[in-house]
Amino acid sequence: MTLSDNRVDRMLKQTALHSEHQRLGARLVDFAGWDMPIQYQSQLDEHHAVRSGAGMFDVAHMSAVDLHGARTREFLRQLLANDVAKLKIPGKALYTCMLREDGGILDDLIVYFLSDDWFRLVVNAGTTDKDLAWIKAKATDYGVSVSYRDDLGILAVQGPQARAIVARHLPGKLAEASLALVAFQAAHEGELFVGRTGYTGEDGFELILPHAELVALWTQLLADGVKPCGLGARDTLRLEAGMNLYGLDMDESVHPLEAGLGWTVAWAPEDRDFIGRKAIEAYRAASPKVFVGLLLEGRGVMRSHMKVRFADAGAGETTSGGFAPTMKQSIALARVDAAHAGACEVEIRGQWVAARIVKAPFVRNGKVLI
Amino acid sequence: MSNIPADLKYVTSHEWIKLQADGTLLIGITDHAQGALGDLVFVDVPKVGRVLVAHEACAVVESVKAASDVYAPLAGEVIAVNEALAGAPELLNSDPYGAGWMWQLRPANPADIDTLLDAAGYAKVLETA
Repeated sequence: MTLSDNRVDRMLKQTALHSEHQRLGARLVDFAGWDMPIQYQSQLDEHHAVRSGAGMFDVAHMSAVDLHGARTREFLRQLLANDVAKLKIPGKALYTCMLREDGGILDDLIVYFLSDDWFRLVVNAGTTDKDLAWIKAKATDYGVSVSYRDDLGILAVQGPQARAIVARHLPGKLAEASLALVAFQAAHEGELFVGRTGYTGEDGFELILPHAELVALWTQLLADGVKPCGLGARDTLRLEAGMNLYGLDMDESVHPLEAGLGWTVAWAPEDRDFIGRKAIEAYRAASPKVFVGLLLEGRGVMRSHMKVRFADAGAGETTSGGFAPTMKQSIALARVDAAHAGACEVEIRGQWVAARIVKAPFVRNGKVLI
Repeated sequence: MSNIPADLKYVTSHEWIKLQADGTLLIGITDHAQGALGDLVFVDVPKVGRVLVAHEACAVVESVKAASDVYAPLAGEVIAVNEALAGAPELLNSDPYGAGWMWQLRPANPADIDTLLDAAGYAKVLETA
């Protein structure tokens, strides 16, 4: 067989935990220009640890961006396809797309409302530079300041036991506030920020904090039994959870309604003229392409960019796929013609294999839903 | 450091070959290969009776990350396959030289075996990779 280690000779950025990953024997790969752990010992064990207990992920390659200014809310109501007017309680968050004028998805992100003149965005690693340029250019009209918080790192701790374990290592008042959070809500004390969010389909926290404190917390959580997990497990967990990955399931050539993200677009009020609205209005009633979950019925493993066909009408392509460790079979996300009919097949290494359209998510809170 | 048993033969594409008393060969992938691939989740072995040409891609192993072809180390006929792998591909990770064997081959030309690498030769391949 041919083995490649996906490594290139270029300077990769390192998170504060880099030497810790090496000490733990992680396999490191280039992810969006960062030298990141794809797995430690076993990706499958890491996946199962998150479904049944608690796992932690260094996601410090992702970026926190703080927006300040009296008109920040007004600015974000124009910048984002979801509507931050829904955020009324400080700490509450929304998942949203940020669109180009033509409706293409620049990025998907989480926006937190922290106070009337402070919102925080968490954006993808590979899109940080273009996001910052885009946001800064649009922010000047509103007098909103944009600061890239590269002094902060992000640690995701996920799994049914994650919140209880993390709370043991937080200062008393913040621990109490963190345990009281509902989903998509954050609490913070100084620069220590705890959000009840995640990318695994399990309960848990995503913590945003200064790098030195992130390393200290990682060490405490490791001693308390939280399993270090790489980006490989993060990918199989999010795929089972039916969550999109930017760059695979969507990019600037795709609008939200063909990426399964229609639910994140806030159409009301009708007069909110967010960037991209005019372009995607045309697809509001019906998009020619739709985003679906696929379950493989025959043998093999679906991957990204495999052809999908239907016996009677329509075709499409998988956008991401893999082996679902919780389900022990292959699943995928795919973009297909809305007007499809008949039995579905996916082309795997030159052979057409039977598959079935299902409604994602595939797995939530440890349970298989299909 | 990966395990390279001294009693096996190897090829540079990371398959191992075990000579049986009856002159047939057992074939699998090396410890180094399984380690590099990561957790294996799917295996497709050649059909019994298939006649293989040396170096042809005749099997597939898929890890959580990617699919990889497995090559025929030498020419011959497949006379048995490891049926257990279909339900337990993780055997390739846990016991690559034992329960993780993939197929049994009757070599077309037994003299081909002399062209294979020994353990020291394969260790050198790994060092210089």
